[in-house]
Amino acid sequence: MAMEKRARFRSWWLPYALILPQLVVTLVFFFWPAGQALYQSVFIQDAFGGNLQFVGLDNFRDLFNDEHYLASFKVTAVFSVLVAGLGLSVSLVLAVFADRAVRGATAYKTLLIWPYAVAPAIVGVLWVFLLNPSIGIVAFWLKHAGVDWDYVLNGEQAMVLVVTAAVWKQISYNFLFFLAGLQSIPKSLLEAAAIDGAGPVRRFATIVFPLLSPTTFFLLVVNLVYAFFDTFAIIDASTSGGPAQATEILVYKVYKDGFKGLDLGGSAAQSVILMMIVITLTVVQFRFVEKKVQY
Amino acid sequence: MHGYSIFRRLLVAGAMLAFAASAQAVTEVQFWHAMTGANNDRINDFAKKFNESQKDYKVNAVFKGSYPEAMAAAIAAYRAGSAPAILQVFEVGTATMMSAKGAIKPVYQVMADAGEQFDPKIYVPAVAGYYTNTKGQMLSFPFNASTTVFFYNKDAFEKAGLDPNRAPATWPEVMAAAAKIKASGASTCSFTTAWQSWVQLESFSAWHNTAFATKENGFGGSDPKLLFNGPLQVKHIGNMQEWAKKGYFTYAGRKTEPEAKFYSGECAMLTTSSAAYGTIKQNAKFKFAVAPLPYYADVAGAPQNTIIGGASLWVMGGKSKEEYKAVAKFFKFLSDPERQAVWHQTTGYLPITLEAYELTKKSGFYDKNPGTDVSVKQMIVKTTDKSRGIRLGNFVQIRDIIDEELENVWGGKKTAKEGLDAAVERGNEQIAKFTKTSKE
Repeated sequence: MAMEKRARFRSWWLPYALILPQLVVTLVFFFWPAGQALYQSVFIQDAFGGNLQFVGLDNFRDLFNDEHYLASFKVTAVFSVLVAGLGLSVSLVLAVFADRAVRGATAYKTLLIWPYAVAPAIVGVLWVFLLNPSIGIVAFWLKHAGVDWDYVLNGEQAMVLVVTAAVWKQISYNFLFFLAGLQSIPKSLLEAAAIDGAGPVRRFATIVFPLLSPTTFFLLVVNLVYAFFDTFAIIDASTSGGPAQATEILVYKVYKDGFKGLDLGGSAAQSVILMMIVITLTVVQFRFVEKKVQY
Repeated sequence: MHGYSIFRRLLVAGAMLAFAASAQAVTEVQFWHAMTGANNDRINDFAKKFNESQKDYKVNAVFKGSYPEAMAAAIAAYRAGSAPAILQVFEVGTATMMSAKGAIKPVYQVMADAGEQFDPKIYVPAVAGYYTNTKGQMLSFPFNASTTVFFYNKDAFEKAGLDPNRAPATWPEVMAAAAKIKASGASTCSFTTAWQSWVQLESFSAWHNTAFATKENGFGGSDPKLLFNGPLQVKHIGNMQEWAKKGYFTYAGRKTEPEAKFYSGECAMLTTSSAAYGTIKQNAKFKFAVAPLPYYADVAGAPQNTIIGGASLWVMGGKSKEEYKAVAKFFKFLSDPERQAVWHQTTGYLPITLEAYELTKKSGFYDKNPGTDVSVKQMIVKTTDKSRGIRLGNFVQIRDIIDEELENVWGGKKTAKEGLDAAVERGNEQIAKFTKTSKE
């Protein structure tokens, strides 16, 4: 008899019981709300739900006829590309240096991981304190350096603020994964390359980076999802989507229209669109980007 | 036999207990509000005093976050069947609450059903009018109302060579002062405004007796059309854009952020809510004064009256008779002139009843605290169809839209006319959307 390597449960129900909590959590906190969003997106109703009218796809049509909704797409695209791009590259650089650091490596690593423990809303407030045109210390330096810094009125500067805050918070997470990825690269490979005369840059480009690609790919997905959804609190606490609509990303608009404006149908339609985008992005990433990844 | 008698004794005891309980049962009602800091303490104090004043009813005051948060929480609770009896709703939520038939119970009805004497005439017209329907029936209970006023830094005025005891009364005077302040370097920023939509468009229009929307600013029907892109408003916003370019006007944010610029000493003049008085008094390290909102002297009918901000108390539907009695008693308790006078004097909010105003006046409070009656005087006049208030569906979104378009104007991306035209067009879409969701 061949030896079975797979562990087997003796009772038939135990495996189901073990995955049950996770299933329940997924059903209650993911499938049910998603179903609700789909359902509500084809209705209009007053705030108290007293006057439910079926309107078919009207909510979606209204959205795509609204130039301000379409503008929010552009803002979201710029924001998420910047957050994911900057977040990944900065933390990769930091991780490479942390990996090579000889002295004080632990302190250095601990300091880099710190921001991850800070709640997003606090991150927003923190950066506002640094960059606020009237009280911020960094704003004060900028003004002395001759920069006309006023993110309250300047949309590009407001974008700089929220991107900086969002990237700063996410660097720790990316850093941890990159560092773990770097440390799992066999030293013998790098030593062999060094003996063959490859310099640090060459070694990074031909050995380290390709071997890091699974980590990078994973982080790319996580960072995009982060930029799409988790940055909500940062934006709410710093710019509230302003000035004009310069930092109003899609998820913030969902909140603004749904919870502040009490337009539940329109807000649900926006969530459905957002859900489609994330599903598409994830499929595209796994289909095309993953093919180039070397595990 | 024995077991049977024990059972019977228990039954009797249980019945007696139940009877005793129902005889002494205290009807508890929930009151959700959005008051922070000192105002939160005052509300808790009101609830405590009310609970101590009698034995039958108990009001539980619960803080539920900001105005939109408290409203969203109450809506979610209503949908889940556990709404509070009393909910504090900000003035822009009025149309939403009014159209939520079944979800709310109008205050005049609550008072009538409970047999409480209730005369809407004792309330300040410009305040109560905001929450009254066209038949003169009060829909929600006016609670904390403020209005738009002008603050200025007396020390900075002195430094700039201006008379610190004379506030600029008109907009041209404000800007002449701003120019002097800038030229003399008395402060880095001359003028700023909080709540730009409320102060510079809504209250501004009423102050000049100019319509903000058709159908009596929305009081006379649920589908008004916005009118705030008229010549007067375009002229004013255009002027402000010009002042922004010259550095006389500094934009600092949509909400209360500009107040911080004033009490830090950075900006010398500020238009904002009269309720900012307490915060400014607490933080300003210079002499300041309150003055009426500036106006344009060449506009006929100006100054009329300004518009209130703040919130009112709504009674939610689907509660028991006893609970409504408790609410009615509590509102009666709150309307007491002495209590209202204290509320007015300690918070900076307007007095809700005329008697509370008279009491405050008699007590000499206004003489001891000059400027605190400015807001009251702006309000205690007979209102017109154009100045009573503004009632629009989806007003929260409309204010956001106005904020966005004004930011485009201050930033120089649009002219005043382009910005206001766009805001009117987008705002009308919001009203049409609201009319669609609230139609029977």
